[in-house]
Amino acid sequence: MTRTALAQARVTGRRGGRWTPWLYLAPALVVLAALLAYPIYQLGLISLLEYTQAQVSGGEPATFQGLGNYAELFGDRQFWSVLLATLVFATACVSGTLTVGCALAVLLTRVRAVPRLMLMLAALGAWATPAITGSTVWVFLFDPDFGPVNKLLGLGDFAWTYGRYSAFFLVFLEIVWCSFPFVMVTMYAGIRAIPSEVLEAAALDGASSLRIWRSVMAPMLRPILVVVTIQSIIWDFKVFTQIYVMTDGGGIAGQNLVLNVYAYQKAFASSQYSLGSAIGVVMLLILLGVTLVYLRLLRRRGEEI
Amino acid sequence: MTRVPKRLGRIRRPWRLVAETSTVLIAVVVAFPLYWMVLSAFKPASEVQSDQPRPWTLNPSLDAFRRVFEQQDFGRYFLNSLLVAGAVVIASALIAFLAATAVTRFRFRFRTTLLVMFLTAQMVPIEALTIPMFFLMRDVDALNTLYSLILPHIAFSLPFAIWMLRGFVKAVPEALEEQAFIDGASRTRFLWQILFPLVLPGLVATSVFSFISTWNDFLFAKSFIISATENSTLPMALLVFFDTETPDWGGVMAGSTIMTIPVLIFFVAVQRRLVSGLGGAVKD
Repeated sequence: MTRTALAQARVTGRRGGRWTPWLYLAPALVVLAALLAYPIYQLGLISLLEYTQAQVSGGEPATFQGLGNYAELFGDRQFWSVLLATLVFATACVSGTLTVGCALAVLLTRVRAVPRLMLMLAALGAWATPAITGSTVWVFLFDPDFGPVNKLLGLGDFAWTYGRYSAFFLVFLEIVWCSFPFVMVTMYAGIRAIPSEVLEAAALDGASSLRIWRSVMAPMLRPILVVVTIQSIIWDFKVFTQIYVMTDGGGIAGQNLVLNVYAYQKAFASSQYSLGSAIGVVMLLILLGVTLVYLRLLRRRGEEI
Repeated sequence: MTRVPKRLGRIRRPWRLVAETSTVLIAVVVAFPLYWMVLSAFKPASEVQSDQPRPWTLNPSLDAFRRVFEQQDFGRYFLNSLLVAGAVVIASALIAFLAATAVTRFRFRFRTTLLVMFLTAQMVPIEALTIPMFFLMRDVDALNTLYSLILPHIAFSLPFAIWMLRGFVKAVPEALEEQAFIDGASRTRFLWQILFPLVLPGLVATSVFSFISTWNDFLFAKSFIISATENSTLPMALLVFFDTETPDWGGVMAGSTIMTIPVLIFFVAVQRRLVSGLGGAVKD
């Protein structure tokens, strides 16, 4: 009793340790304030200013534009088509990743150790591959002249990166390849964590596999599914490397642009820093929306974070 | 019917065979891109640039690797990448360890607010911040130096590292802490001599993410290292090979192989902890 009380006093920091947690947090907070919060503030600020090459070099002072940049952005048809492409493409990637990842996680529970290990190792390899080398390798695999895929499928010299949809499809394949392992491994761990007695009891009660999946496993796996879904949405929505590398900066005439690459091209290729920042703010707001949904789901489950 | 079947036994034999055959086939398909990368890196140029690509080679050669290392300062870039990733991994691990200890071992005002902030910070797309980050780096005179890559990446890997480390710190029993205090250990001593070694495996697993994102980055390298090419990193060198009208595919694949191997080694080394760490992060 006294021991616990003493320790409690320590843990709650009643004995002179009131500032200790803040001391421990200080380095993290300083770094995050300077290198994350401040840039976000700057991003918002630049998006409200007239900021081009002249202002960067200091030739002209930056002038306040109000929401002028946003008006220009929203009046631009390309912005809307890029936004639509981003949403559709991210949705496709998320569904593809989740479907493949969950299906393979279930498959893993049905096979013996050797095939399971083989798939696990292959998946870890795909997971560990840096996005940039993954991109170069996939472009090479689908190369019209020297790639094995066209030979295998008998497609001759079909150039995947020329057409808008075939280029998006190629990037989609690469993204699913490198992101399904996270879903598969996490879901597999989740399925294994379900006590086998529960499943056996359901089976003894005469429940079919489908019924077991729907009424027993799915509810138990829902929390994990929420995490991997949100994580996938966030990753796929802000995809940059794959599009940039595989379609050479956004495809022919920008046909494969997604928001993130679009913002970068606006800012650094055409020096319209304020427009690029405005696109960045739009992205931040969309991802913030996803985060709020996530927090809501967490809270509804009554989780203490 | 009376015997409770084991999980595996529930599936009838032919189905299990089908399942296992497809598992092996899928494993081969998933591993194929990596196999093809390594294979093409070792193929002689004539076989790489051939319109009859074969899934093997009878004349492995190191020519592609030689070209990569000769054509540019590839070794230098490799070291730069390693230096940047190493600095980010160590710095963010230490900072995240302290922060994770604070939010799991103490109760204080704004604790939940802070946690929500860390969670939200993970969602920030770092690419969107390239523009303000560029101006920030210019203002502190860090452009063209490795600091311009190290500093932002520490900030971007912190939120996730803190979030994931919580599980590992929480797993250390509180009784240990009580015992240490009763034995007269100071808080600092407990932190570094008891808690730190216990959390170290988790710290390593967490580091894999900071390592990958830093190692992988080419956007900051491209935007912040403008004139001082001696401070460039691996991805930039790879893109130079890749970016021409007629790419030297052998060179690209050799470069990709060199870039992928360190990550693979790191990953395989920590994968067991990684899965348990993810499990912890997921359950919390």
